[in-house]
Amino acid sequence: MAYVPLADQDNEADLHHPHSWVTKYVWSQDHKVIAIQYGGTAILVGIAALMLSLLMRMQLGFPETFDLIDPNAYYQSVTMHGMIMVVYMLTALLLGGFGNYMVPLMIGARDMVFPFLNMLSFWFYLVSVLILMASFLVGGGPTGAGWTLYPPQATLAGTPGHDMGIILMLMSLAVFVVAFTMGGLNYVTTILQNRARGMTLMRMPLTVWGIFVATVLGLFAFPALLVSVIMMTFDTLLGTSFFMPAIIESGTALDHNGGSPVLFQHLFWFFGHPEVYIVALPAFGLVSDVLSTHARKNIFGYRMMVWAIIAIGGLSFIVWAHHMYVSGMNPYFGFFFATTTLIIAVPTALKVYNWVLTLWEGDIRLNAPMYFAIGFIFTFIHGGLTGLFLGNVVIDLPLSDTYFVVAHFHMVMGVSPVLVIFASLYHWYPKMSGRMYHEGLAKLHFWITFLGTYAIYLPMHYLGFLGVPRRYYALGQTDFIPESAQDLNAGITIAALIVGSAQILFFINILWSLRNGKKAESNPWGAASLEWQTPDTPPIHGNWGKELPTVYRWAYDYSVPGAKEDFIPQNMADADVEMESKND
Amino acid sequence: MSLFKQITDKPWERTGIIGGLRAEGTFSAPPEKVALVFFLVAASIVFSLFGVSYVIRMELPDWVPVSEPSQLWFNTALLVVSSFLFQRSKAVVSAGKKSVKSTFAAGGIFAILFIAAQMVTWQNLQAQGLFMTSNPANSFYYLLTGLHALHILGGLWVWSKSLLRLLSGAKPEELRLSIELCTVYWHFLLIVWIAVFAVLSNT
Repeated sequence: MAYVPLADQDNEADLHHPHSWVTKYVWSQDHKVIAIQYGGTAILVGIAALMLSLLMRMQLGFPETFDLIDPNAYYQSVTMHGMIMVVYMLTALLLGGFGNYMVPLMIGARDMVFPFLNMLSFWFYLVSVLILMASFLVGGGPTGAGWTLYPPQATLAGTPGHDMGIILMLMSLAVFVVAFTMGGLNYVTTILQNRARGMTLMRMPLTVWGIFVATVLGLFAFPALLVSVIMMTFDTLLGTSFFMPAIIESGTALDHNGGSPVLFQHLFWFFGHPEVYIVALPAFGLVSDVLSTHARKNIFGYRMMVWAIIAIGGLSFIVWAHHMYVSGMNPYFGFFFATTTLIIAVPTALKVYNWVLTLWEGDIRLNAPMYFAIGFIFTFIHGGLTGLFLGNVVIDLPLSDTYFVVAHFHMVMGVSPVLVIFASLYHWYPKMSGRMYHEGLAKLHFWITFLGTYAIYLPMHYLGFLGVPRRYYALGQTDFIPESAQDLNAGITIAALIVGSAQILFFINILWSLRNGKKAESNPWGAASLEWQTPDTPPIHGNWGKELPTVYRWAYDYSVPGAKEDFIPQNMADADVEMESKND
Repeated sequence: MSLFKQITDKPWERTGIIGGLRAEGTFSAPPEKVALVFFLVAASIVFSLFGVSYVIRMELPDWVPVSEPSQLWFNTALLVVSSFLFQRSKAVVSAGKKSVKSTFAAGGIFAILFIAAQMVTWQNLQAQGLFMTSNPANSFYYLLTGLHALHILGGLWVWSKSLLRLLSGAKPEELRLSIELCTVYWHFLLIVWIAVFAVLSNT
């Protein structure tokens, strides 16, 4: 039997077109509907996590005034805020949401290669979210162990949610890993095997590259989370001692004996560090495409951008222990991990230079997505530079567990990907909905969010230098922290409340525009990549009508000398490109 | 084009169609096979991380060496036969012969026997008073053998679907891919089992 490439087996009539409302919008196997289900769920849990952070900020900023949460609820909020944002919001939104929506459209496919598995992926994700949310309802509430769930404290009395909360968290994570694996196998296989004719690997938009490498990272890193989750569940439920050392809990010696909590930390961070790049790489890809389109210039150094994505992906597996400098390790290990951590700055800096050089002498259109994309460059440089501080063992030791760390990772993997998500949502909104969003409202949203996040996180660096510890419910009596730190904390809280509530602007904008927005043309930004060339806006089931597109060029033919338009779509042959006549 | 050549290509230098008249996948293999390979890599990472954990846990002072039950050699033989039968059915179906049913069915049955034998081993251990929590070596024993059995059960689910189709009269050519993928998966699980056995024996 000869091998027939997927795209060649294409027959539009064979597609299983949905017939009822339920198969179209609920049990849908269409990648675009699944993307919206994934994205919508992720945004909803994201809002919940945002609320939790605001509760924490009210406590920290005005400890005497508000009495909303007690110390237990504070720890639970810290934990759930972190875990939801990293795993259930960012990972799900960037890969489940954008991955699903963009991949088939950008590579010229009709759908993912395994649509049923894709649908299953979303439903498993939803189940994992529901299990997680259920922990708010059980006795003892959700776990308050911190998002890293370090044993032994995660399962000991004294930690809120040490009985049911932690179990539900572990179960939810295990289900999430299964959901991610099903989705991930789909993205990887689709990108490798289902590209349109002429779409070579190096003609793919950087979005696809970012999603591809991030998915591979996920497939190889989530197993570590699964392994640690399984062993921890056994320790908790069955009484084994994989991680649990001999320990005395409120006067009674527990049955555990001899386990290694540091082993858990290694496993957790072997997942946890690549996880940072699982979130960052799709964001890198998306922002590259937004910048290039709105600067009307090809992305600077496309090949280097691709290789940097791959290099960052590879390096991300050998830096994990930089999260564990204070856990105690052989100094040579610390040296090794500090070195690899600093090496990762090279490809990352390369990407930053290339983004800036893409803007250089571009014909920049300052549309709302461009605001967010340029804002991302600022916050990412900022967060990246503080990463250089923390990557060094000697600087990390005093700064560890202070607000400096909180500021660093929020800048680099909180605010930065979120700005890219907003950039991308505004950028692709016309394609997804067929309507234009309100430009003024979007820009207002940008300025409040961008300046607001600086008002929140910049002062946190100073708090960190003062030695203000993170994860504390209240500072209490401390000699080394000046009184003024409390004023700073109050200011941060006010900024956080403003930024948090300003996100309503975004929701008003997209919901209002869904009905009342100006009707969008099929390619309002004049973008060259394939997803803008679909015959229908928004694209219908099957994406491409009767015939699949053929790709003649890379995704970045902007402002080509001699061409009449300032962009040439990927599916336009040279013969069809209108040239400027010599006489003009 | 080789993969290396593909990702060192300078896409801005060349326009026009690259490649033949057809769209081409990066690998000339069906997508199911590509996905399976990625899954196998992910699964081997799961098992290797358990292996690493075992070795690290072994160094700790409370470790009690436990010798593995000799019945495991018998169980291993069952799995080898199962894997061999899958290889046979793959060869038979590639050669275009009709009678693949019995070989394919037998392959799965030996895998079921393997799981049954593993459960007998568990019971023997428990009869000796070696439970999950008795000592860390036993915890790992139950965990790793259980996880491996779960993977086989997953494979058996696919196997049973294919077998049902074969029994209800589907032509062996239609199931060629399924049989091939089952075979790859079974060989993988055999290798994993041998590795697990080796790790567990190292006390």
